Amino acid sequence: MRDMLDLNSAAAAGKPAAAGKVSIRNVSKIYDPEGARVVALDNFSVDFAPGDFLAIVGPSGCGKSTLLNILAGFDTLTSGEVYLDDKLLASVDRPLAPGPDRVVVFQQGALFPWKTVLDNVTYGLMKQGRTPRAEAEARGIEMLKASGGLDRIAKSFPSQLSSGMQRRVEIIRALINDPKVLLLDEPFRAMDTVNKVTMHRHLLDIFRISQKTIMFITHDLEEALFLADRVIVMTTRPGTVKLDIKVDLPRPRTREMMASDAYIALKERTVMAVREEAQKAFERGEKEMA
Amino acid sequence: MSDRSIIIATHDAGPSAAASTAPGAAKPPIRPRRRAWPTFNWRGLVAVVMFFLAWQLAVTFKAPGFHEIPGPITVVQTLVSDFLFTRSYWESWLISFKRVLLGFLFAQLLGVPLGLVLGSSRRFNRIVFPVFEMMRPIPPLAWVPLSILFWPTNEASIIFITFIGAFFIITINVYDGVRSIKQEHLWLAHSLGASQLTIFRRIVIPAVIPSIAVGMTLGIAVTWNVVIAAEMIASDSGLGRLTWEGYVSSTPPVVFVGMVSIGIAGALSTLLVDVIERRMMPWKRKR
Repeated sequence: MRDMLDLNSAAAAGKPAAAGKVSIRNVSKIYDPEGARVVALDNFSVDFAPGDFLAIVGPSGCGKSTLLNILAGFDTLTSGEVYLDDKLLASVDRPLAPGPDRVVVFQQGALFPWKTVLDNVTYGLMKQGRTPRAEAEARGIEMLKASGGLDRIAKSFPSQLSSGMQRRVEIIRALINDPKVLLLDEPFRAMDTVNKVTMHRHLLDIFRISQKTIMFITHDLEEALFLADRVIVMTTRPGTVKLDIKVDLPRPRTREMMASDAYIALKERTVMAVREEAQKAFERGEKEMA
Repeated sequence: MSDRSIIIATHDAGPSAAASTAPGAAKPPIRPRRRAWPTFNWRGLVAVVMFFLAWQLAVTFKAPGFHEIPGPITVVQTLVSDFLFTRSYWESWLISFKRVLLGFLFAQLLGVPLGLVLGSSRRFNRIVFPVFEMMRPIPPLAWVPLSILFWPTNEASIIFITFIGAFFIITINVYDGVRSIKQEHLWLAHSLGASQLTIFRRIVIPAVIPSIAVGMTLGIAVTWNVVIAAEMIASDSGLGRLTWEGYVSSTPPVVFVGMVSIGIAGALSTLLVDVIERRMMPWKRKR
């Protein structure tokens, strides 16, 4: 952990940390409103404070990725508003506006395969046109170094890295832009347990040091409870809030906490809700197949 | 309990002192080493020798169908005595190569941009794609008569037919490449602040390069197919013509000299294209 202490200064460069308040108000999303009318999100509201680690759990197809895409500015909404630091970010008649203040890390990984690790990391700084190459690269190296000595792979291409490494580089690529909120779309889904455990540690370190607001989407309840301050369980489509649970486990989180009474109590409270929705999604899936 | 030890071993800066006392534990897993060279394929060599032996025997003992066919020894003799050291033989090489490369080059120059635009502009696609799809199934050789009528010189018409052979394949591959670009890449480039133009130049084009490479591989093979047939039909020069003349003048060894030459020429072009492709995709280099 000591080698990660520079991460914050490298990323923020003296910016005030109190930013990243997200407010999602009555957001609905209907795909194909004239035809099939698939309601992905139904009147979904949630507020999270700067520095919150929010996890959203739900069965596949519950609209959790839709929510993240709306927040990121990749998808439109049918009604409702999204605010970031009290500024309107998305509403019905606003054009899509993705931005470096809320960068996404995707589940499949989306490093540019034709760029080296360093070029991937510095891409945002360069494209926003504020940073000269030499400075961007120096900061990229600094950030890579600060997160566990990744500067040694700066010249590698993504295909030469393990999926865990790739995801770490992606998180750095997001973080170097000093985003207000970090959007993680099941980033560790395709990983085995050992890698996942390692990645959780890295993510928690990053969260602790950078103090970024994080929205983490997953279908894995245990992962959500272990990482987040707050866990929202979504219903299956149309997606709304089913449960909103505060996780008051102390930080830093350790794996031992997963055996604690508090954790088990939390899990008991949530697991039935998740199973219920998963079952509904499953049954509906079967109906759709028939 | 093994779970706990894994945490200490893999997290490179864990709170436990155990992490710093076991530095070796965090090494990446060892990959099985691949052999740098494949072992010598002696079975393949034996098979090649057997092939020539069988051919020679079939000719020597006049197997059915082999009455007018020369054996490999005669072919090599003819190649060395009548061709290898003559100017006209190498001119045939040169002229066929020139046609292939020109046709291929024009196909790239027009096919790649067309594929890019077909894939990225919906309106353009709506207008142009039906015409494109209407012409695509017409085999290149069906273009020969039209081409001769249309182009002022024979040379131009052969190059045009060669071009047709590669053009549709290259275009359709690039088009497909644009359509299968990862949405996440486009989104991310947007998020990170890239403009539309930058996204096209720096994301779409590199993402399509593997598809361009596939188009090149397929395209170069087709150009050789097409150029040889076109030469046989409509030209008085080139390796295709040389082969055909061997037949017309009842000198079967010449037919074989032509066939072998065409084979070698095709293989050389494929090799060349492979080298170019590897240059185009440095990120796909071996680990």
